[in-house]
Amino acid sequence: MRRLAPWIAGAALVALPFVYHQPYPLHILVLVLIWSFVYTSWSMMGRFGLVSLGHGGFMGIGAYVTALLWNYLHVSPWIGIPAGMLAAGAAGVLIGYPCFRFRITGHNFALLTLALSAIVLQVVTATRDFTGGSLGFTPNRYHDGSSIYALQFNDKTTWYLVALGVWAAGMAVRYWVERSMLRYALEAIAEDEDAAAAAGVHVTAEKLKITVISAMMTAFAGAIYCQYQMFISPDTVSGIAVSLQMVFAAVVGGIYIPLGPTFGALITILLTEFLRISFGTAAIGWDNVIYGTLLVVFIIFLPQGLLGSIIGWRKPLPAARTPAPAE
Amino acid sequence: MGIFDIYLLEALLNGVLLGGVFALLGLGLNLVFGVIDVVWICYAELIMLGMYGMYFLYATYHVPFLLAAIICVCGVGGVGVVLHIVVIQPLLGTAPINQLLATGGVLFFLQSAATVAFGIDFRNLGIRLPILDVSGMFVSYARLLAFGVALAGMVALYLFLSRSYTGTAIRAIAQDRQIMPLMGVDTRRLYIITSAIGGALAGLASCLLVLQYDVQPFIGLTFAPITFLICVLGGLGNMVGGFVAAFLFAEIISVAGLYLDLEWGYVFAFGFFVVLMFMRPQGLLARRS
Repeated sequence: MRRLAPWIAGAALVALPFVYHQPYPLHILVLVLIWSFVYTSWSMMGRFGLVSLGHGGFMGIGAYVTALLWNYLHVSPWIGIPAGMLAAGAAGVLIGYPCFRFRITGHNFALLTLALSAIVLQVVTATRDFTGGSLGFTPNRYHDGSSIYALQFNDKTTWYLVALGVWAAGMAVRYWVERSMLRYALEAIAEDEDAAAAAGVHVTAEKLKITVISAMMTAFAGAIYCQYQMFISPDTVSGIAVSLQMVFAAVVGGIYIPLGPTFGALITILLTEFLRISFGTAAIGWDNVIYGTLLVVFIIFLPQGLLGSIIGWRKPLPAARTPAPAE
Repeated sequence: MGIFDIYLLEALLNGVLLGGVFALLGLGLNLVFGVIDVVWICYAELIMLGMYGMYFLYATYHVPFLLAAIICVCGVGGVGVVLHIVVIQPLLGTAPINQLLATGGVLFFLQSAATVAFGIDFRNLGIRLPILDVSGMFVSYARLLAFGVALAGMVALYLFLSRSYTGTAIRAIAQDRQIMPLMGVDTRRLYIITSAIGGALAGLASCLLVLQYDVQPFIGLTFAPITFLICVLGGLGNMVGGFVAAFLFAEIISVAGLYLDLEWGYVFAFGFFVVLMFMRPQGLLARRS
């Protein structure tokens, strides 16, 4: 039964839009799935103690490269998305290599990657003639607005299935990393970098690998988000606020378990929507007041995250893991 | 354009003055980092609080500017103490990154609490300080003031740390966190004093920034990146390094802003930061070990 459970859940998720297709709940689900993917990408670095605040930058690169190529050079997103992912991967190497080579960890790593978010935000604002600056950017509609070539769909059902596929792919990548040697290498590095290096782990290379994987996934999510919303602005896909939002949701859900970030996305988006619907414009700001308080409370009292703690209470993890291993 | 181009000179001079503002921004954060080994990600939000305090005291309740400034400095200092006791103290024993993330939560909280309480209107004090004309170059009086206060603040902090008994203890604790408690130093008390001073410096910065910028809940995001980069480039906890870094950044922003856009100035400054981190990963003035 336990082995069948994921397949049954998966089948139920795929079947959902055919049974129940109210646009609004589907829209929320699509957002949850896309952001879950983003948070999962972040947590793949975060769980090894590599706390990056540069993921807002990676997401912005993916979204803007894809959308700009489409609007100005008429390049299909099928080529634009890989291009954006490559650009984000390159940015990841550019910022990651010196950090790992010169052993910049902890605070300094977080603040250095923050520079990347800030650079992307400023470049987008500075090139406002092309990107629309802080007013945002809208990819051109392709004829009637539904085409596989342009990766634009009018109906929510298609988008739901696309987002579900993307999310499942994200979980698969995470699963693959968890089962690979990379994971053991990175866990050793997170425990003690010198000891890991002495044991023959190539510290810089291993950290770079996970950074590039995580950056490319985040850029991919940025592009998909842009294709779905058909609107991006520097505030929604890049900058410190987005980076911190990723950290927040992932930490609340729990970064050490596979479904943690998904759970984080689910509760944060549902909370926002709940507040928005029940209190309307009076609720503006209240969601973040609650998030901020929760983040502080979680880090102090439940560093394993919500889902992580629930599972932890049911059965203690074989090896008690410390939250975000020290540098 | 020649080297004695008047616009370039003006940009350079304004860069020096902007550097003073940046240096003041970095001062409190650097102190807190150097002593407690904690990064207050919400530091710029403390400045935002101070700016709102100034706005309400001065524009709504008509408190004289100087008195309002004193109240603000003390008030934000108090907020620093509360932040330390409520958020940092329970996390002192855990991984450093947890403290950074927890203050990230405080950032969200303060930002949106300000949105809820004050709305997203841009507010300003309504003080228009004159612009000085120095032999054909225009210099903002507000920046000159900020520059002067930043220098004074630096000197005062330096004197406090080097001459007073408490200051000496603070420097000692920054050097060795394990040994000093054994020597009978009350770390708890010193951390609280340091947080108070760090907060007060944020308050001081807010009093001067409110003369140049309109207050709004997201103003912190404008100052935050540059503040952190100054501290990292200078070497976290290294005051003199932070000061040098502040002036370097300000000159780049000011000169690039002359030829291109202000945003490009920031882009160049951040790019310069990344390049320098390749060369001096421990900060500008770090001693080679």
